[in-house]
Amino acid sequence: MHTSRDTSITQLDPSSLPTIEAIEAPSSGHQDADSLGVGGWISIVWIGGLALLAVLAPVLPIPDPNESFPEIARMGPSSGHLLGGDAIGRDVLARIIWGTRSSFIVGFGAVAFGLILGGMLGLITGFFRGRIDSVITPLMNVMLAIPQFVLALSLVTVLATGEGVDSTRRLSVVVLGLGLVSIPLLGRITRANTLVWSEREFVLASRAMGAKNWRIMVREVLPNVVPAMLSIALLGVGIAIVAEGGLSLFGVGVQLPTPSWGNMIAEGRDQMRRAPHIVIFTSIVLFLTVMALNYLGDAVSRRFGVRESVL
Amino acid sequence: MSSNSVLDGAGSPSGTPGAATLLEVRDITTQFRTERGLVNAVNGVSFSLERGRTLGIVGESGSGKSVLSRSIMGLLPRSTTIRSGQVFFEGTEISGLNDSQYRKLWGDEMAMIFQDPMTALNPVMKIGNQITESLRFHLDMSKSDARDTAVALLKAVKIPEADKRFSSYPHEMSGGMRQRVVIAVALACGPKLLFADEPTTALDVTVQAQILDLLAEQQRERFMAMILVTHDLGVVAGRADEIAVMYAGRVVEQAPTDVLFREMKMPYTEALLAAIPKMDDPSHTRLSAIGGRPPDLVNPPRGCAFSPRCPYVQPRCHEEVPALTPSETTPSHSFACFYPVGSPETEAIRLDIAARRLMSTAPTPAQPSPPPFRPDDAPTGGV
Amino acid sequence: MVILKKLGQLAVTVILVTLFASLLLELLPGDPVEVLIPSGSDEQRADLREELKLDDSFAVRYSTWLGNFAQGDMGNYYTVSSDRPVSDRLWDSLPVSLLLMFYAQTLALLIAIPVGVITAYRKGTWLDRMSNTSAFAMLAIPNFALGFILQYYLGVRLGWFKTSGYASPSENFVEHLQYMILPTITLAVGQVAIYMRLLRSDMIATLQQDFILMAKAKGLKSKRILFRHALRPSSLTLLTVAGLNVGTLIGGALIVEVVFALPGMGLMLFEAIGKRQIVAFQSMVAVIAILYILVNFAVDLLYTVLDPRIRHAHKS
Repeated sequence: MHTSRDTSITQLDPSSLPTIEAIEAPSSGHQDADSLGVGGWISIVWIGGLALLAVLAPVLPIPDPNESFPEIARMGPSSGHLLGGDAIGRDVLARIIWGTRSSFIVGFGAVAFGLILGGMLGLITGFFRGRIDSVITPLMNVMLAIPQFVLALSLVTVLATGEGVDSTRRLSVVVLGLGLVSIPLLGRITRANTLVWSEREFVLASRAMGAKNWRIMVREVLPNVVPAMLSIALLGVGIAIVAEGGLSLFGVGVQLPTPSWGNMIAEGRDQMRRAPHIVIFTSIVLFLTVMALNYLGDAVSRRFGVRESVL
Repeated sequence: MSSNSVLDGAGSPSGTPGAATLLEVRDITTQFRTERGLVNAVNGVSFSLERGRTLGIVGESGSGKSVLSRSIMGLLPRSTTIRSGQVFFEGTEISGLNDSQYRKLWGDEMAMIFQDPMTALNPVMKIGNQITESLRFHLDMSKSDARDTAVALLKAVKIPEADKRFSSYPHEMSGGMRQRVVIAVALACGPKLLFADEPTTALDVTVQAQILDLLAEQQRERFMAMILVTHDLGVVAGRADEIAVMYAGRVVEQAPTDVLFREMKMPYTEALLAAIPKMDDPSHTRLSAIGGRPPDLVNPPRGCAFSPRCPYVQPRCHEEVPALTPSETTPSHSFACFYPVGSPETEAIRLDIAARRLMSTAPTPAQPSPPPFRPDDAPTGGV
Repeated sequence: MVILKKLGQLAVTVILVTLFASLLLELLPGDPVEVLIPSGSDEQRADLREELKLDDSFAVRYSTWLGNFAQGDMGNYYTVSSDRPVSDRLWDSLPVSLLLMFYAQTLALLIAIPVGVITAYRKGTWLDRMSNTSAFAMLAIPNFALGFILQYYLGVRLGWFKTSGYASPSENFVEHLQYMILPTITLAVGQVAIYMRLLRSDMIATLQQDFILMAKAKGLKSKRILFRHALRPSSLTLLTVAGLNVGTLIGGALIVEVVFALPGMGLMLFEAIGKRQIVAFQSMVAVIAILYILVNFAVDLLYTVLDPRIRHAHKS
């Protein structure tokens, strides 16, 4: 009913997760308990389609994303260049498709990184508790005490500034930075979920049959924790992709000329007067993708009945 | 449907009720639209009530007793509720009123007190303000007048240090005190009719009697009509002038209190009474609970709703629904049963059940059963 | 007393955060001096090494840094030609960021509260569904993209508002507002969605409680019940979330400042990064983080004051 609030915010326990759950995806029509719904499948198609385009980018009949065609510079859509050209005449459509690569690598990479490490930490601390919990959890709480974007910005800035940093390195720094930042959050959620599931009787039953701890953790608890994590992870991908945009704005995102949706928007800002389509088209793609991810995350949580308060 | 209440002095069989009757309810039906279908919560209930009198409505959870009181008051949400029947308050039909018309009645003419005082009071509002709110809204009192009246009300419901307590919050008070506050809030504007919906269920046993006494006292002083809803026959035993027993949305037995206890006809009422633990029973007597569960209100069983659980059930009970009819000997006593308590078919079964019960309390099979324990026998200690 | 305990935790957090900020310099790949003044003379380099205590242990660096920081010395901008203290600019830009966040939070609440209450009351209606869809969409819009679009369409094309720059409220209040409107809207959009839906779901739960029925049975009008009875307990949850949300708000504010060229912390960070002034960057990060912790602490205290249940629990 009333969110029983942990009154000790300075116990380093901030999180904005209850907010995400309050917002249900609009459900056009009923969603069966056993399916992801129409919206869910549309989202999957969208994301999958983009991923496919990204993978096939080199062999698609699109111009090279770094090649300039001076005649289309700052021009809107025209035949042959469906989304127009950017400031120096590069094909916007091609750059968006190639940008999908970078953005998806960042989004899925960062979340995977955070999910694996944070998930593991959460699972361990939630299951075993005790001393390991009292060491790791405060550490994670300190990381959460710093505003997330600032944390990411500082890590990425520091690791990306310096000598001999090339574009691959920049990409991995961005993935690493966003991934590190997501560890405490994902860790905390996994831990909360693990705590809930560890109390269940089938775990006690397992123990009573002599099963070893690790086995129980992996075979009994983990599968139950996965749906909630999956749902959060999907939301996280959207957040990471947008965060990369924020980082690009500060100049520490994916390094140009390699396109990413984020750096395309950041780069296109100067062209808003004469060529707004650069920012607009890229923003639309970004917006639709984040919507799809959010919707999918919500559909997954509904499908698997993740109802319990996660915190 | 003619009103069959002995309290209805000047009432006529049809048309508007007489001047002395405060509330007349005719054939009220209430249904809820839910995902599972239409829930028939209340099914054709009628009664009438005069000022200063108390009607006790008794039933299990799911019998429709709470829905009935809310339905009569008009508190149920319009969108999901279907109501039919008529409610006359002081001679005027009120069941068709819209919300803003109802608001003139609520608090001012009729009021309700709820079961759980912790949830019935706003947790973040001072209790004094919860009382003055009504006063200022209905009676247009000034802030200071309202405060004085509120403090007086708190004193009337026997809250110590009423003046200080005005500024307390609900969680700072015990359960019994909170319920007194709820009563004060309800009575603030001097309503003529009070619905008390399980007022003591959430309270300690020791406090229950105090609250019921308080209600009775307030009722006398204000000459209020009261409808006391409860699942406990013991609660209404000494407090109600008339009792209506409800089961599955219908009134199944209705009589003045003494008549009811003297000659109850419904097997259900008998079972309810038997379920109350009594002082006279020897220790370790098994409590006789009523077996089975209340019926599904979306798909009620054919025939009498109690038939699946009735100890005296006969084939006819599964087929036809018995109507609520006045007893031939005592017209003020109505019941709905084909084979009521006392009829030949049930007597045999009853003796059998009683015998078995006696046997279950016997000390050893070899010894003859001891005589029933009487309080004036010399106590053997520890009783 | 509880307050002391909380203050203790506060202190610990602040220390840990400063440690983190201090570690940033350590993480820098390569030589900090190279990064800061790549074209400096040997003498300048040596001086800088000395100043930053780069040849000493981390412990020395940290304690020196901490000592300076506590006294308000935020380090300097190091250029080949001169060194300028960071603190000069910091105290000017901090109020700008704070104002932006304050405006955005206020605007978001002003919109979210009535909408949240009404959609809770009219659950399931067309209005409710529309607001849900809008909230969903608002969450998905990246704030910088929205910023650019608003800047272009409302600022440039329609010319309604100013698109970049700043005037302080003491100079010219009307102009100040003109500069701040678009950034405020941009920042508020994401918050509105969250607050609106959160309030709605909390209110729906509250509206099912007995004391609401009791208020109705007292004959009170719906509007009064909604806003005077139901909203009060629900608003506490909203306050909590608004407080917890300050972190996101800060991140958003930094971005929005860069979009609209508001001379706040965001723009300062942007410049520091651009000019590779890591020392300045460190201090800024520390200041922002500590500010966040302080705000959380204040919200925590405020909450204990406002919720009579918690107040009572602490007393007993």
